[in-house]
Amino acid sequence: MLRPGKLKDFDWFLLGVAVVIAVIGAIEIYSTTLGTPLVGQYRKQILFTFIGCLGAFVVSRIDYHAILERAPWLFGLGVLGLVVLLFTKPVAGARRWFPLGFATLQVSELVKLVIIVSVAAILADRRDEAATWKDLLKLGIVVGLPAALVALEPDLGTALTFVPIAAAGVLMVGIRFRHVAVLALFGALMLPVGWHFLRPYQRERVVSFIHPAQDTRGSHYQATQSKIAIGSGGFLGKGFGSGTQSRLGFIPVSRADFMFATYSEEQGFVGTLFVMLLYFVLLLRLLDVAQTAGDRAGSLVVVGLAALLFFQVSVNVGMMIGFLPITGIPLPLMSQGGSSVLSTFLGLGMAISVRMRRLVN
Amino acid sequence: MEFSSHQNDHFPGWKVVFFQYLVAVVFFILLVGYWKIQVGEHGRYAEQAERNRIRSLPIIAPRGRVLDRAGRVLVNNAPAFSVMLLRENAASLTPDKVGAMARGLNLDLGELRSEISDASQGNRFQPIIIKPHAELEDASFVESHQTEFPELALLEVQDRVYPYHSFAAATLGHVGEVSEEQVDKPGSPYRPGDVVGQSGVEREYNSVLSGSDGMRRTIVNSRGEDVGSMTSIEVVPGRDVRLTLDLDIQQVAETGLGDRNGAVVALDPRTGDVLAMVSHPTYDPNGFARHIDRETWAHLTADPGKPLMNKAIQAQLAPGSIFKIITATAALETGTITSDFTVFCPGEVTIYGHTFHDWTFENGHGHGRVDLHNAIVHSCDVYFYTLGKLLGIDKMAYFAKHMGLGARTGIDLPAEESGLVPSPEWVEKVYHRKWWPGEAISVAIGQGAVMVTPLQLAYALGGIACGGVFHTPHLVSPSDALALNTKFTAGDAKRFPIGAGTLECLTRGMWGVVNEGGTGAGAKLPGIDIAGKTGTAQVVSTGLQKSSRSSTFNNNAWFVGFEPSTKPEIVVAVLVMGGGHSAVAVPIARDVIKAYYDKKQSHQPTLEQAETQVRLLSGPLQVPSGRGKH
Repeated sequence: MLRPGKLKDFDWFLLGVAVVIAVIGAIEIYSTTLGTPLVGQYRKQILFTFIGCLGAFVVSRIDYHAILERAPWLFGLGVLGLVVLLFTKPVAGARRWFPLGFATLQVSELVKLVIIVSVAAILADRRDEAATWKDLLKLGIVVGLPAALVALEPDLGTALTFVPIAAAGVLMVGIRFRHVAVLALFGALMLPVGWHFLRPYQRERVVSFIHPAQDTRGSHYQATQSKIAIGSGGFLGKGFGSGTQSRLGFIPVSRADFMFATYSEEQGFVGTLFVMLLYFVLLLRLLDVAQTAGDRAGSLVVVGLAALLFFQVSVNVGMMIGFLPITGIPLPLMSQGGSSVLSTFLGLGMAISVRMRRLVN
Repeated sequence: MEFSSHQNDHFPGWKVVFFQYLVAVVFFILLVGYWKIQVGEHGRYAEQAERNRIRSLPIIAPRGRVLDRAGRVLVNNAPAFSVMLLRENAASLTPDKVGAMARGLNLDLGELRSEISDASQGNRFQPIIIKPHAELEDASFVESHQTEFPELALLEVQDRVYPYHSFAAATLGHVGEVSEEQVDKPGSPYRPGDVVGQSGVEREYNSVLSGSDGMRRTIVNSRGEDVGSMTSIEVVPGRDVRLTLDLDIQQVAETGLGDRNGAVVALDPRTGDVLAMVSHPTYDPNGFARHIDRETWAHLTADPGKPLMNKAIQAQLAPGSIFKIITATAALETGTITSDFTVFCPGEVTIYGHTFHDWTFENGHGHGRVDLHNAIVHSCDVYFYTLGKLLGIDKMAYFAKHMGLGARTGIDLPAEESGLVPSPEWVEKVYHRKWWPGEAISVAIGQGAVMVTPLQLAYALGGIACGGVFHTPHLVSPSDALALNTKFTAGDAKRFPIGAGTLECLTRGMWGVVNEGGTGAGAKLPGIDIAGKTGTAQVVSTGLQKSSRSSTFNNNAWFVGFEPSTKPEIVVAVLVMGGGHSAVAVPIARDVIKAYYDKKQSHQPTLEQAETQVRLLSGPLQVPSGRGKH
């Protein structure tokens, strides 16, 4: 028997961990902007965290099956949004943000949720042992089309985050080795084509990651300065408001994609460990929700969300210390950006919805 | 689509467990990475972060002045500004702003952009210089737009100023921005944008003149405020360099040569002091102190008069008859002849089956019977052809080389040429042919392959007149030599003693050139004991010369004069390229010597000078009977 989704079953723990991470992020934004004209930025982050919590409540009240039933509509709406976006005026060289008057909306952040829902919808009724070619083709379209549109903005980083959602879903339902082999071969063949479509600065990032000495424009510089920030933070950190690397501008957009370097510089390894533990707890809680979900559809939604968050956290935290090339992937909940925070909380709302409707024996 | 809940519709539990392990493993790897950087290599990164906090502002060392021997300023500095770009707030440098800056400062936008992007790799507290040695209007642009462009600042620098413009330009040289080649040289102390000496004294003594730039260094806190000063690098001003050059004598030499193409060198043969060094046509080195424009540069390098060349040390030409002094020395010192050896000069002579003409041949008469004295006085070619045959090339070359020709004198100037004293070995090496003995005949009168610089002639004749003591010529005052680490030391001299009899014979001959109606009679001045030797050197064969009316094929005019005729104090070499006849060069040297003499007279005479005057009055030289002028 599935639980009816009563309010007393609301997952306060999951939301609580997320809020703690978001508040740490807001405090760090305050710390790195202290004494600059941008000092008010943290309030926006708090506001979006609050709105996100409200959103999570609302979404948790909705039966996730109802959302999955509307997956094609949501997908259509998401693609339409991305197409319309391409006809707007570029902001800072990219068409990522949709002006709403009082704020701007980063459409691709919400599309992440649409993809989670769409992937779950495709795979939920798969009763076979493994995904079929038809499933894989559908997934290819559901992930590939929005990813292509987002890459055109250009925002390759966000486009990449769509892939692990589908990959996790496929791993859950299972896949034949034959299919893996064919997909791998196809992927290998597409690599040079993909390289052709990369913009020069994106190629440089990859090249400078592989050959740091060949760096000319500064993507290696960013990686180096980020490492200097983190390393100079030491075990205990430089303290609140004292990160010289981030505050003196050596770290680009220290409040956004490089937030974790900023945080690590001021809070040291202790702070790094603390936040990583919080993310670990968050992810394990999500996987627990996936394990105990009422049905495959619920599991797939939560696994998709967990895969997305896990991918973003690993890549972002990894690129700060040069484990991975620099890509524009924000750290969920911590990096400044209303759309990202809101989207993460709405996703958590869906996960809570799944948990509230879990199986009871 | 219909989603219904199925009681037994679940994924196998191990799949989620797999994800749990994956998360744990990846997070563990990331934490190990952070541990390594934040704890293991903390020291290294902390140091790099500290370096990023240093704000350093350059302090440009003023370049040393160049003074003449009396301490008068020949090269000076004037305060000027460079425009600096402060990049502490990189975000404020919007493309629009950079564009407006480029327009305001008359800079190339593309170049400015690439300078900014090149510098973006380094410490942002390190300002970059975007317009070195800016114009006054740039400085006022920066000052009047401080609210609009707070990123722009002025750096005090020094502009090099040559107050006398083209005066002694080839000798003093000029400064200019260091070339890429100079920066890239291994061990080069230069940084791009440095202003360094590019020629002449400015280049030779660059390391002394330039001093070393200082740096004011402060540390900033996380808000960019100065929180402390670090040990700054002290500025070491460049040292003044005092030359042996005499402004007054140089002035006379400059005026004397005028707009003719050539050089004048005046030495004190007793010490090697260079009193004057002129090379014309000349240029204004002030044009190089800032960025020299392409057009001026093209003009200077394309000029057939080669204004950038210091002809006093770089023009390598046939010395003409002045070489006869070397030939005569060789003949007397080897005992090949005595001073009463005579030759009959009918205007031409045939040696080794080849007819050699005397310079009087065209006028249809020779010199008649001449002894050595008269051969020098009237520059008889036939007499010296005969000596050339008697001596052979080896003896003449030996003496020429030991008396300062065919090798650099070692003057403290860059790019001195060595000239050439030909030998059978040299001919075989360069032309892959046998030496022809007849070539020695031409060499004996300073034609053929022999080549000298004006400085070498002054050095050689000055040394001979001093009895065979050849003091290394130098521009920097010997009193400064030790401190400045020059390539010469005070009193440096090559010694090649010449017998007293030989010396007297030569000196009297050269006195006669001026005072007995010889070829240098134009230098005769009442009461001044001037001696010298003329030279009219063919540039090309006489046939070609006649077929061309261009002055480039005219003979080069030479004169080397000294005063007094014994133990001279000044020796002056004059070269007028294409001057046609040595008579053009004679008065220039005369005027320089007169200027020296007058200056000496107007001063309280020293003991040495008083002695000289006594000697002059007592008439040390018997004046032989003169012959008609040529």
